[in-house]
Amino acid sequence: MQWETVIGLEVHVQLATRSKIFSGASTAFGAEPNTQACAVDLGLPGVLPVLNEQAVAMAVQFGLAVHAEIPEVSVFDRKNYFYPDLPKGYQTSQMYHPIVGPGEVEITLDDNTTKRIRIHHAHLEEDAGKSLHEDFHGMTGIDLNRAGTPLLEIVSEPDMRNAKEAAAYLKAIHSIVTYLGISDGNMAEGSMRCDVNVSVRPKGQEAFGTRAEIKNVNSFRFVERAIAFEVERQIELIEDGGKVVQETRLFDPERDETRSMRTKEEANDYRYFPCPDLLPVVLDQAYLDHLRSQLPELPADKRARFQTSLGLSAYDAHVLSASREMAEFFEEVHRVCGDAKQAANWVQGELSGALNRDNLTIQNSPVSAHQLGELISRVLDDTINGKAAKQVFQALWNGQGSSADEIIEAKGLKQVTDTGAIESMIDQVIAESPAQVAQYRDSEPEKRGKMIGYFVGQVMKASRGTANPQQVNGLLKEKLDALL
Amino acid sequence: MALEESHVRRAAHLARLAVSDDQANGFVDDLSRILDMVDQLQSLDTEGVAPLAHPLDATQRLRADEVTETNQRDAFQRCAPAVENGLYLVPRVVE
Amino acid sequence: MHDKTVTQLAAALNSGELSSKELTSHFLQRIEKADGTLNSFITVTAEQALTQADAADKARASGDAGTLTGIPLALKDIYCTQGVKTSCGSKMLDNFIAPYDATVVEKLSAAGTISLGKTNMDEFAMGSSNENSYYGSVKNPWDLSAVPGGSSGGSAAAVAAGLVPAAMGTDTGGSIRQPAAFCGITGLKPTYGRVSRYGIIAYASSLDQAGPMARSAEDCAHLLNVIAGHDVRDSTCVARGVPDYTETLNAPLSGLKIGLPKEYFGDGLDPEVEKAVRDAVKVYESLGATVRDVSLPHTHYAIPAYYVIAPAEASSNLSRYDGVRFGHRCKAPEDLIDLYTRSRAEGFGEEVKRRILIGTHTLSEGFFDAYYTKAQKVRRLIRQDFLDAFEDVDVLMGPASPTPAFDLGAKKDPVSMYLQDIYTIAVNLAGIPGISVPAGFSNGRPVGLQILGTHFAEAQLLNVAHQFQQATDWHLKRPAFAEENA
Repeated sequence: MQWETVIGLEVHVQLATRSKIFSGASTAFGAEPNTQACAVDLGLPGVLPVLNEQAVAMAVQFGLAVHAEIPEVSVFDRKNYFYPDLPKGYQTSQMYHPIVGPGEVEITLDDNTTKRIRIHHAHLEEDAGKSLHEDFHGMTGIDLNRAGTPLLEIVSEPDMRNAKEAAAYLKAIHSIVTYLGISDGNMAEGSMRCDVNVSVRPKGQEAFGTRAEIKNVNSFRFVERAIAFEVERQIELIEDGGKVVQETRLFDPERDETRSMRTKEEANDYRYFPCPDLLPVVLDQAYLDHLRSQLPELPADKRARFQTSLGLSAYDAHVLSASREMAEFFEEVHRVCGDAKQAANWVQGELSGALNRDNLTIQNSPVSAHQLGELISRVLDDTINGKAAKQVFQALWNGQGSSADEIIEAKGLKQVTDTGAIESMIDQVIAESPAQVAQYRDSEPEKRGKMIGYFVGQVMKASRGTANPQQVNGLLKEKLDALL
Repeated sequence: MALEESHVRRAAHLARLAVSDDQANGFVDDLSRILDMVDQLQSLDTEGVAPLAHPLDATQRLRADEVTETNQRDAFQRCAPAVENGLYLVPRVVE
Repeated sequence: MHDKTVTQLAAALNSGELSSKELTSHFLQRIEKADGTLNSFITVTAEQALTQADAADKARASGDAGTLTGIPLALKDIYCTQGVKTSCGSKMLDNFIAPYDATVVEKLSAAGTISLGKTNMDEFAMGSSNENSYYGSVKNPWDLSAVPGGSSGGSAAAVAAGLVPAAMGTDTGGSIRQPAAFCGITGLKPTYGRVSRYGIIAYASSLDQAGPMARSAEDCAHLLNVIAGHDVRDSTCVARGVPDYTETLNAPLSGLKIGLPKEYFGDGLDPEVEKAVRDAVKVYESLGATVRDVSLPHTHYAIPAYYVIAPAEASSNLSRYDGVRFGHRCKAPEDLIDLYTRSRAEGFGEEVKRRILIGTHTLSEGFFDAYYTKAQKVRRLIRQDFLDAFEDVDVLMGPASPTPAFDLGAKKDPVSMYLQDIYTIAVNLAGIPGISVPAGFSNGRPVGLQILGTHFAEAQLLNVAHQFQQATDWHLKRPAFAEENA
């Protein structure tokens, strides 16, 4: 039997507001427990919520970025359930009238083709606190600092057909929210969290299979691994005559498996109803137009522009637009040096290699975009050759100078293009290498091309890398051939 | 819509209220009478009427995104039944 | 002193005839002496009150006083008061010392008023007799065998007995107007959104509203001047200018169009209550008003709609009482579910549990549309009834309650208790303002005339009520208890 996988994602994005969605408490990460949980966040008797305008603006910006309908009216509802990290006994969320309606996201697959994934809706809600299970005499400790942090829950349609598509979708969402600056997208700190709905069905069947919801899938890598495990589990189960049950499963990254969360005696009944403490949020066209006019260039547009007006390959355009930081870095390098292809090569080559080696992100690159742009300029205007450029890059990386020019000067890497100087170096190499000259002379003419490499190497060595390699090549050939 | 003991049990579970068997019977009686009274609503034709959640047709005002609250943990935890190291304590939560 | 209105006491303070300290001590002594019988206070904050009174006297001496500086008041124990127990009439919050002040409390303090303490109430404001208090029933000073009404029964009884010149109540389905009627005082429920709800412990958020309870409409106007207005901490509190409600008290009533809803004069209405109300209407006619019959056709559905919407909101509002961050926590919980179910079962009284269960049930899967959505539709029809009526008339008048105060323990069946609120409940569903003013007696127990206006018509209601009080002296009648305990 041929199986097809059907995947939908629910991505929770913490919005980068300063204060909480319904209170004036700080959202800063990492504070002492409960020092950022104000009366409203604690759900003290008598407190009331007031909606944060920035949370609304950020949700709408996301909606506009995914070409979604933004309904004029959205409404907050209460989702009622008891849990110690949920102070009021309900989560204020949006069930019936979310702030962002249907939209779509373009994802890029490994073969550089693209696919559209539909977004069902996105809604605003408040985050819960955290339960800490360290041993407090067999008790659990509750920290409510995170309670009330604004979340945008982005719900996709079940449009993904394999784990790679799901990961690409998650990356696309990550890239959109970070481009917009509405989230730091830090998955390790929980700024972006993902639940995955997975089902399988025989290829060609239209009806969806029974799905499992996998919680706690909080990295791009885990998405792929969790789906891979879950798909295999479901297929095996069905092929062995069993049935998939609709349930919530937890991904355990350590054991690389999903497992059923302890089944409750009965299904939850959240008793959603409109929150009487909040009024309908009404957004007019002028507000939407204003936010639209402030949108930055988004990844998909950037990618297209990199290909069409900068002439980059589809691959380069995708890699360089994947994150806002990468794109900004590349564009600055390009602005300074004026050559998109060189800029792309350097950013993806020397720079990315060094970043990977030292385990740094591009935001923390010791070589700034401006420095790299200047360095490339010096190659383009023949001040240095490619080999010297790598030395300059290393020096910049190690903080041995503040600009390419300074390092070129200090290390004397300026390319030697004076024919006389090069000729005298060639003469000396020829004089010191009688055996190689003899070999060259006695060779078949078609093999001499290869042999010239030795002489080039010697001359470059003599010039400490600064001689212009093209010139060296040309002059050497002339001089050696003159000896024939 | 007749109310059965199972409804009361389920509501008590959802509302996290411990209810003894005796109490459950009493609640079935009381709640049944209340719901009988409430059921008068069903006789009214509300076709085409939009639900009204708020008595005024007002819309939500928005707050500037500013941090206005300071740490008041000590004051807030003074009325808490069990705290340690600034954390509220509950019986162990099993995930 | 205790016979005087806030307006009169303010004048005495202003003239230097009285100090706030004297005034405050006087009322504290009266509470000390009489409240053992009445049980109208849960907490008396004598020391704090005297300190506040000193400060008020100093402020007045330095010319830094407002109209109400130095006036003692009481607060229903539903208002959060920083550093003072705020129980909401419940065992659940018997140990709750609120860490902050409600906006209304802040405003009253800023106006220089003195809080004598926190008054008794039905638990979480759920009740019409004050018999649902963890702290025991309150007695009606007009007849100690009668209830004071509820849920703001403590505030009503305390004002009627002259233990305090005025008090704050809240009204979700009649909880200011009905006890005001039962105790022969004046009680105003403002328009929903007129007064901030921040810091008032929520019962049903789309219905709750704070208001003053006092000896006269004029007193209510002074208090409304202080408490009304926008609050950035309450999304449902309206940003709309606050007029000086005392300015229009004496506007003439000639040409005032009064509507009498025929549904408010039907079966179950005590004949003496009806007579008192009709006599009051005649007084208005003599003041130049015209009267006509109107209809509020969906009145009959108000109680059913209310008993879906209010318990639904309450079931959710009361989920925060889980024994984790504040309030009652059961001893030695075995596990999380035990902590929740036992803390809540021990902390809440019967009526609160009933309403939580009803609300949970009606919101649950399979019942939501039939109950909750349906009730919200009916709510719109009920509001429309009033809006239609106010196209034709300026105010509506009728009884605040079908009967005068009933005997303690008389209503054992919850539904018969609920039906008491037939004339007050629709007002909360519609969000309009209403005031109850004393208009006579039935069997020696006070009768309240209820006057209703359209949204934000408080100035008109106070004007209409004040003019009645200029023409009659029902509001000046005092129970014998007030004098016996002087």
